[in-house]
Amino acid sequence: MKRIKEKIIHGLFFFNGVLVVMVLLGIFALLIFTAIPAFKEIRLSEFIFSSNWNPTSYVKSSYGIGAMLVSTFMVTLGSLLIAIPLGIGTAAYLSDVASPKVREIAKPVVEILAGIPSVVIGFLGIVLVGPLIAKIFHIPNGLNAVNGSILLAIMALPTIVSMSEDALNSVPKSYIEASLALGASHWQTIVKVKIPAALSGIIAACMLGMGRAIGETMTVLMATGCAPAMPEGFFSAVRTMTSTIAIELGEVPYYTTHYYALFGVGLVLFIITFLVNMTSDIILHKHQRLSR
Amino acid sequence: MKKYFILFMAIFSLSLTANSVFAQNMLQIKGSDTLINLVQKLAEEYMEKNPGKYIAVTGGGSGTGIAALTNKKCDIANASRLMKSKEIDMANQRGVNPKRVVIAMDGLSVIVNGRNSVDKLSMDQIGKIFRGEITNWQDVGGKNSPITLYGRQSNSGTFVFFRDAVVKADYSAKMNRMNGNAQIVEGVRSDSSGIGYVGVGYVKEARGITVLKVARSAKGDYASPLNADDVKSGEYPIARPLNQYIDGSTKGAIEDFIAFELSQEGQRIVEQEGFFPIPVDYEDFNEKSVGL
Repeated sequence: MKRIKEKIIHGLFFFNGVLVVMVLLGIFALLIFTAIPAFKEIRLSEFIFSSNWNPTSYVKSSYGIGAMLVSTFMVTLGSLLIAIPLGIGTAAYLSDVASPKVREIAKPVVEILAGIPSVVIGFLGIVLVGPLIAKIFHIPNGLNAVNGSILLAIMALPTIVSMSEDALNSVPKSYIEASLALGASHWQTIVKVKIPAALSGIIAACMLGMGRAIGETMTVLMATGCAPAMPEGFFSAVRTMTSTIAIELGEVPYYTTHYYALFGVGLVLFIITFLVNMTSDIILHKHQRLSR
Repeated sequence: MKKYFILFMAIFSLSLTANSVFAQNMLQIKGSDTLINLVQKLAEEYMEKNPGKYIAVTGGGSGTGIAALTNKKCDIANASRLMKSKEIDMANQRGVNPKRVVIAMDGLSVIVNGRNSVDKLSMDQIGKIFRGEITNWQDVGGKNSPITLYGRQSNSGTFVFFRDAVVKADYSAKMNRMNGNAQIVEGVRSDSSGIGYVGVGYVKEARGITVLKVARSAKGDYASPLNADDVKSGEYPIARPLNQYIDGSTKGAIEDFIAFELSQEGQRIVEQEGFFPIPVDYEDFNEKSVGL
């Protein structure tokens, strides 16, 4: 009787795991099969390299995601430039410098930051960060890539802080003790011994934060102006791939070229996020193997 | 025993939600952002007068509403533009026979920031501005600052109507595409060199913005959308009917609500919300189209 119960539970867990993999493969398959009909009408080179996305044009429909790819990378890059130094610094502070009482308060607060809905952050972008940017840089409005970068940095920060702190905490105590014994100061130990030792974990954290920033929709849709032109710099309005899908999928009649093209954009997004996550996973595994 | 008690409580509490989940014959209305506040107010009044009837109104833009009607996902589509012949064909292919009702008149308002000295423009000038051919306020009599364009997204009926009636080409790729009328008003209010277009119901109580007077040609008379007579007579060049589309083959609860919208009570609410009541020739059109 007990053995049958064991077998059933084993089976349920196995089924659970297989289900998750099947969902992932299913999403990938759906994206591929719904995107392929688009490429009967659109040349692949035009799709990826043209910066003219105008499916509902007055004159001629065009489906080029070049400007959107650049926009997505711009806001992601901008957000990482802010979030990585801030995140690693916070993680180092939490794991080494903060007293236990401060750590008890600060760590949950950072985790709560991760739970703020993206619409709320987008709202803050329009109402608070946008006018602030406009005032500081003397430009007419704050609907640009800088705004998007700041907001995405806020969203990627908790991921980076959490995982980096875990990586820093798992550095063997012997390293720290050896460094201090050789006469290094606390500061030198953190910067020259601890962080390099935890580097692969920190890199994995940054890549996961990057994945979060790439896939963010509502925030960039509300706060970056969504102008489809190729952005000229960080102070122009940008339009990411995610906002394009969110804006247009509601109104597109099913099974038209526009519909298939939107799934094509989704496929590109899926592939990018998948590669980022897979890279971070490989790096993390290498780190875990080494530290054993 | 305890296990069965918990199971019973779970099923019991789930069954309590049944009343709201299976709400009888909830009328689904989707579509135009220009119409959403107006139709929500009409729906609220109607539900107050007819307890037991439920109406759900959501936005998403005229394009989204029309697509939902075509895909049989809503009963009434709010549309601030007309259905294109391609859309009507697609609806017929899916077994839907769209019938149009006009429920209000709108004077599409072009707004600028309150501190902008420009207070009137011709249709030609507005077209050039939104095509991106005029890029500085000094070219139309204002001060030397680059123009920031605020418009809607491609799922919006107002986007399509303004493009076909005024811009007559594709919009400038640098135009910021905002999520709705309210966001355009906010954007223009906080940007001293902004210009945008919104339904007249949204400028009724707005502060910090100027509603431009528009003339058909530079030598003609300038008319304002806030003047009901100009809108009704056609003096104001960008007046348009606000429509609802229904599937011609359905009747009953939908007809009752539309009759309420067209009644004196309904038209009074239209005026309260800042739009204009239906002129006589559209009343005749409604008679012919749906018999109301």
